[in-house]
Amino acid sequence: MLSITNLNKSFGKLEVLQGININIVKQGIFAILGPNGSGKTTLIKTILGLVIPDFGSITINDKEIINRWAYRSEISYLPQIANFPSNLTVIEIINLIKNIRPNTKLDKDLIDLFNIKESMNKKLVDLSGGTKQKVNIVLTFMSDSPIIILDEPTAGLDPISLIKLKDLLIREKEKGKTIIVTSHIMSFIEEISHDIFFLLDGKIFFNGTIEDLKVRTNESTLERAIANLLK
Amino acid sequence: MYKILRYSFYDLIRSKWCYIYFGFYFILSSSLLFLNNSLAKSIITLMNVIVVLTPLIGSIFGAMYYYSSKEFVELLLAQPIKRNTVFLGQYIGLSLSLSVSLLLGLSIPFIVYGMLISPEITNFISVIIIGVLLTFIFTAISYYIALSNDDNIKGIGIAILFWLFMAVIYDGIFLICLLTLKEYPLENFSLFSILINPIDLSRILIILKLDISALLGYTGAVFQGFFGRKMGILIIGSVLMLWTIIPIIMINIKSKRKDF
Repeated sequence: MLSITNLNKSFGKLEVLQGININIVKQGIFAILGPNGSGKTTLIKTILGLVIPDFGSITINDKEIINRWAYRSEISYLPQIANFPSNLTVIEIINLIKNIRPNTKLDKDLIDLFNIKESMNKKLVDLSGGTKQKVNIVLTFMSDSPIIILDEPTAGLDPISLIKLKDLLIREKEKGKTIIVTSHIMSFIEEISHDIFFLLDGKIFFNGTIEDLKVRTNESTLERAIANLLK
Repeated sequence: MYKILRYSFYDLIRSKWCYIYFGFYFILSSSLLFLNNSLAKSIITLMNVIVVLTPLIGSIFGAMYYYSSKEFVELLLAQPIKRNTVFLGQYIGLSLSLSVSLLLGLSIPFIVYGMLISPEITNFISVIIIGVLLTFIFTAISYYIALSNDDNIKGIGIAILFWLFMAVIYDGIFLICLLTLKEYPLENFSLFSILINPIDLSRILIILKLDISALLGYTGAVFQGFFGRKMGILIIGSVLMLWTIIPIIMINIKSKRKDF
């Protein structure tokens, strides 16, 4: 499904990604973890075509994607910072994305799920951080793409919305989707994900299931296991 | 591209800055008409303001808009659309909304004053066209500058410096060159120097169009002497088009290689 081979990227002298190899063949929720500056966001952005790698290859369903654009109809992306044009209303931004992605049908269900109906005609500048993040989530999940990439999806969410997000992720997984998620909240990852890629200094330091990692480090929680890896 | 253009345009046309910009031109042209009490004189004064001010506003807005919509651009770039559609759509949306403020702000008082039935209408239209062209040129240049500099203070600073150079410093340097090299024939040098400054070009174009020899100055006179009035207008028009197209091509090239 998604295959990354020998991916390298540097910004000036800083080598952010060094020979990354990832092969995801099945559906499920995959977590990309790592300390700040380990290259998680850069890795995600190369898959989306936002960052152009120095060399290496990325294929989705056996098709090379670097310097292409049409493949992005297969991917939904939730960016880390939800910052929208301030003078547009929520409904206008939803319609803009619907216009760009023709097969978008799920917006109404998601608007109900996250309770943002009253905010639909408000300008985005007047929304709170949490509501903006909910709009961000609606924008991501409303198109039924087989691959979903989430960069810190929990930021700013209240506990109820967080539970809704977890349920949504599990439902999407059961639909047969491939979901890639980064987060610093280990309890969240442990609850939703099974497989992890742990990045350190631009390399994949660990790749396997959460259980494998716990056994290897002899720790009881993912948080402690990660801390143990970094020692 | 049209989808992105439309969203940018709607976003900007509702921003308070667009209203302030509109209000400024409205007050400016109303007071010019009130003080001069003549369409012809007001148009000449207007020209002098427009050739300096529209580039400044284009420079500031181009860079500021790019930086303020940076995160949203990332979201758009992750959608199934080509990169250059996002940037061209934003750039044209921005230039159009500034042009609409300019057009409405200037036209309403002039139309109320009775411009539509006056022979001055073609001159007024030339001033508006130049204002719109300068908006497109300087917005493209500052958008390109912003695209090339991730630091927003640096980007906005360079864009304003570029404007300052073209609007003020350039003329100073040009004058010093003319004075120090006065022993030599300077016609070709002056012709070349005008062509590489869109603000000077616009000023001369309007003066040629209005046919006011007294305002031409040395460079304008050389220009008119060399090309004649009609040919001069045509050449300046084409060079101004080039000044618009080249930064757009540069935006395109830059956006293809940039990491976001």
